[in-house]
Amino acid sequence: MLEIGLAHYLIVAAVLFTLGIFGIFLNRKNVIVILMSIELMLLAVNINFVAFSTHMGDLVGQVFAIFILTVAAAEAAIGLAILVIYFRNRGSIAVEDINMMKG
Amino acid sequence: MITTDLSLALPEIFLACSATVLLMYGAYAGKNTASFVSAMSVAVLAVAFALIFLGDRPTGLAFGGLFIVDAYGDYMKLVVLVASGFGILMTQRFVEREGMAKFEIPVLMVLSTLGMLMMISANDLMSLYVGLELQSLALYVIASIRRENLRSSEAGLKYFVLGALSSGMLLYGCSMIYGFTGTTDFDILGNVLSSVVSADQTPQIGLIVGLVFVCAAIAFKISAVPFHMWTPDVYEGAPTPITAFFASAPKVAAIALFARLLSDPFGSLVSEWQQIIVFVALASMILGSLAAIKQTNIKRLMAYSSIGNIGFALVGLAAGTQEGITGLIIYMTIYIFMNMGTFACILSMRQKGTMVENIDDLKGLSKTSPMMAFALTIFMFSMAGIPPLAGFFAKYVVFAAAVNAGLTTLAVIGILTSVIGAFYYLRIIKVMYFDEPSASFDKPIGGEMTFVLTVSTAFIVFFILFSTPIMDGAAVAASALFVG
Repeated sequence: MLEIGLAHYLIVAAVLFTLGIFGIFLNRKNVIVILMSIELMLLAVNINFVAFSTHMGDLVGQVFAIFILTVAAAEAAIGLAILVIYFRNRGSIAVEDINMMKG
Repeated sequence: MITTDLSLALPEIFLACSATVLLMYGAYAGKNTASFVSAMSVAVLAVAFALIFLGDRPTGLAFGGLFIVDAYGDYMKLVVLVASGFGILMTQRFVEREGMAKFEIPVLMVLSTLGMLMMISANDLMSLYVGLELQSLALYVIASIRRENLRSSEAGLKYFVLGALSSGMLLYGCSMIYGFTGTTDFDILGNVLSSVVSADQTPQIGLIVGLVFVCAAIAFKISAVPFHMWTPDVYEGAPTPITAFFASAPKVAAIALFARLLSDPFGSLVSEWQQIIVFVALASMILGSLAAIKQTNIKRLMAYSSIGNIGFALVGLAAGTQEGITGLIIYMTIYIFMNMGTFACILSMRQKGTMVENIDDLKGLSKTSPMMAFALTIFMFSMAGIPPLAGFFAKYVVFAAAVNAGLTTLAVIGILTSVIGAFYYLRIIKVMYFDEPSASFDKPIGGEMTFVLTVSTAFIVFFILFSTPIMDGAAVAASALFVG
């Protein structure tokens, strides 16, 4: 049987984090996908924290993870609110339409 | 002891309670509360300033080591409070003229100032994160506060997406640092790292990865190259006084946090982070001076100018010495006055009741409003680094620190970019004095603008006469970072 250790959790978290970053930069369709990618990044970090925390037997990492969850909720709320007012003005949330200012 | 904790964090607690009360007042007191809430917000910041400046402040750790009060933090907090106070003053006049007065704007600015003070006092990765997020979340909202305006909402959206990306990177870095040292406390972190370095071991790769992630995330917040791409768009799209606020207070707070993080817990890893900071400083100075040349919109020009200025300030941090941090502190102090003064001029650029923001609109300003042209000339000369104005001393202290720390090449390139930067500052002066006037600006510009303009001009012009308290204060503040 394969023993699941710290390294496995870290690799999963690193893969999820990278997926989140790629989701932000490669996505050309929809801003909602960007919000989901941001959420994915933060959750990957949470996996990291909890894995380190249980590995070291230290609770600080789990406390940090709770803080991240709380702030991520506030962040998602603000992001969606900004997206709604943007949609009202522009009538579209496609990434390629966010181009009023360039330079 | 909880009473010691509370007395150490008194200014922050005062700001938090006042912001809550003002929010409740604004929500329940009916219509037209904006100007009262705004005036009260300035008063609240003034009281917080007095609590730090006049109070017999205890120093030390509070809340189990999460929060630190020292001379460095106090100095930077005073700078942030001045910048925020100016920001709220200018915003109020602007939003009344533009018919977008909302009581939420000053409350959000107070809340984000609170987040900045928390960042400056952070002594743990957790309090760093929470402070930074409190600041950023409030800023995302005020960037897009002009709800019916496409540019403002687009600026908010861009700022939000890239800000959230940088928070994610910061957190990933924090998790690596936590995992490889077993702590998030700055003091313990410093001990662990210095014992690694003194035992001649190379620090683990995971730790370095974490450090690089955290540096990249803070570089986002201070808009240093190569993480600057959001800056021109957000500065152009956000309402102008909000841009003035963005370019001053959050930058001071983030760079103060950066300096504390790198010289306190990561002080023993100076050889690891110095090369990152040298690169970021070089890239910011070069891009800031070159990209500004072709700008026609003055808010975009100020965005590139602020990128360049952050590069100059980072030269002081790159030195990694106490002298360098002193230079950094002096630079940021002078920068906020130059920045606020310039934006007060930009906010006065109105023709027939609408804002104009092209450099060409300044044509012949010396004939139509000579006083404003004079003030803007002072700020442009100061930004270009011409003695005896304050901007010259700001550049002098950071470059002297870099040369003394053996970074001569960095200092030489810095001075060259500063010469290139002088081109676009002087172009504005040329447009004001030598071009034929097209249309004159609306007068009067308003009491708040006049106040900010007068204070900033006086500070820049007379800095040479009363620089001693500021220089000494900065030296004391920097020495607090290098104790033990």
